[in-house]
Amino acid sequence: MTLQELKVQAVQTRKALLSMIYHAKTGHTGGALSSADIMTALFFHVLKLDPSNPFWEERDYFILSKGHCVEGYLAVLAERGFFPPEELETFSRFKSRLIGHPNNKIPGIEMNTGALGHGLSISVGMAIGLKKDRKTNRVFTLMGDGEQAEGSVWEAAMAAGHYKLDNLVAIIDRNHLQISGSTEDVMSLEPLAARWESFGWEVKEIDGNAMDEVVQALTSTPLKPEKPTLIIAHTIKGKGVKAMENVASWHHGVPNKGLYEEAMAAFTRLEEELRNAKL
Amino acid sequence: MPNSKACREAYTTVLLELAKNDPDIIVISSDARGSCSLNTYVKTLPDQFVEIGIAEQNEIGVAAGLSVVGKKPYVCAPACFLTARSLEQIKVDVAYSHQNVKILGVSGGISYGALGASHHTLHDIAALRCIPDLTLIIPCDAIQTAAALRSVAQTKDAVFFRIGREKVPAVYTEELGMEPFVFGKANTLKEGCDLTLVACGEMVYHALEAATLLKTQGIEARVLDMATLKPFDEEAIIKAAGETGAILTVEEHSINGGLGATVSQIVCANHPVPVTTLGLPDEYLVTGTSLELFSEYGLDAKGIAESARKLLQRKR
Repeated sequence: MTLQELKVQAVQTRKALLSMIYHAKTGHTGGALSSADIMTALFFHVLKLDPSNPFWEERDYFILSKGHCVEGYLAVLAERGFFPPEELETFSRFKSRLIGHPNNKIPGIEMNTGALGHGLSISVGMAIGLKKDRKTNRVFTLMGDGEQAEGSVWEAAMAAGHYKLDNLVAIIDRNHLQISGSTEDVMSLEPLAARWESFGWEVKEIDGNAMDEVVQALTSTPLKPEKPTLIIAHTIKGKGVKAMENVASWHHGVPNKGLYEEAMAAFTRLEEELRNAKL
Repeated sequence: MPNSKACREAYTTVLLELAKNDPDIIVISSDARGSCSLNTYVKTLPDQFVEIGIAEQNEIGVAAGLSVVGKKPYVCAPACFLTARSLEQIKVDVAYSHQNVKILGVSGGISYGALGASHHTLHDIAALRCIPDLTLIIPCDAIQTAAALRSVAQTKDAVFFRIGREKVPAVYTEELGMEPFVFGKANTLKEGCDLTLVACGEMVYHALEAATLLKTQGIEARVLDMATLKPFDEEAIIKAAGETGAILTVEEHSINGGLGATVSQIVCANHPVPVTTLGLPDEYLVTGTSLELFSEYGLDAKGIAESARKLLQRKR
């Protein structure tokens, strides 16, 4: 996809996930919106994948470690053709397979996640396994910033550095908010880049809501041979819905009818502007 | 004790045999190569080994990831840490995600008797039995350990093995037809009509010794080896309740939530008869070798026989 197409697609991802949350009356809205550009770039441009063959041997692997932001994940999988987009309407409904966290019964989802701090360990195992077989598939994992307080993240970070996993790319959705408030109030993370660097990672910081920066960073990995890559993507929680932006309580939360319709209309206008824009 | 051998040695001997013929087998350890008798394996197949360091949560997550890309990971680590620190990874990354991960918890129960409560594993049966789609095997000797591992290697299921540390006497002989190991089936080691002793792991040997002791007193005890704690052989328990009228369970685990609790639940629901559950008390134990502790807490032959006699007084 071109950059312009990716930007339009990111708006569509936001519309799809907001619609899922509104109709299901449940969801993790803030983080799904903050990471929508990253998810769109990954699934529409970066990852090697084949929606008609989810277990294609040459695919790149993706693990959503911050599993509560499953709405964006499901939206991009449906849009890419892993399952029919109409199924998104069943999100969180009685006996639906589209539950509130990733579930590997769904084509395109490799692992069940949801308990925080697990995704990077799984990704390290995948990266080690691929290296043992001298395969060139890559592993991408998206973590939250609040999730960085889990000790297992750092166990995995240490192992990735030790094993020089340059086929592994981790991304932190650095939106500075978690369920109880600011990440720095709950459990301070800075200096985040230096911490990861000290574990043997090559780190790049980007604006995670700027599609050009997201695409540029994700397509130029590994940043250094024999080093795992960390992209710290600075984002805005609730990005795209003004009333939700940078408000901790939108970590999860369901918009009322007025806010939902207003947000969808704003997205539609933005989509039009992007389609008409000359790049 | 006759033909004593450590289950961990049998396990890693078979694992090496299997791995030599299957390059997808990867053994993962958390600085526990010695505890798990893995030194020969590591020397022989270094490319089929991953060291994770002292990080059990990461160890299970890495194993799950290896499974996603088609490897056959075998995690080997002390049971006490795996089932406490990594319980969530065992649940979510392995069992819930249906990954082909085999996990060996060594030195389970009170194998580390002298090292204190931090190293005693008395909660694992209770914890692991609550996780769906996870097979739990507690073999009683080295022969059964080897047979069970060979059978398990043929499956793509998530499996947890719990074994002890020290040498244990042989319950089975190679000729007894232990192979293939049958999941979810109790083995009747001795027939009897007065009561049934149900045991798992190292306790099976002590239960058999108790049955021999009871026989000299004119009491015929049936002995069941419940090597698979999950799936559980409910039929064998219901049959034993009906045919012998009293059941005594013996386990190297807390009296809460383990073999005894499982058997009681089945008996109550299907064929109520008196049940006594022998295990370790809900307290921090005294220190000593595991044999000293078995004796202290009534889990040796003498203690089991004594509890059996008391149980018979309750039998209608």
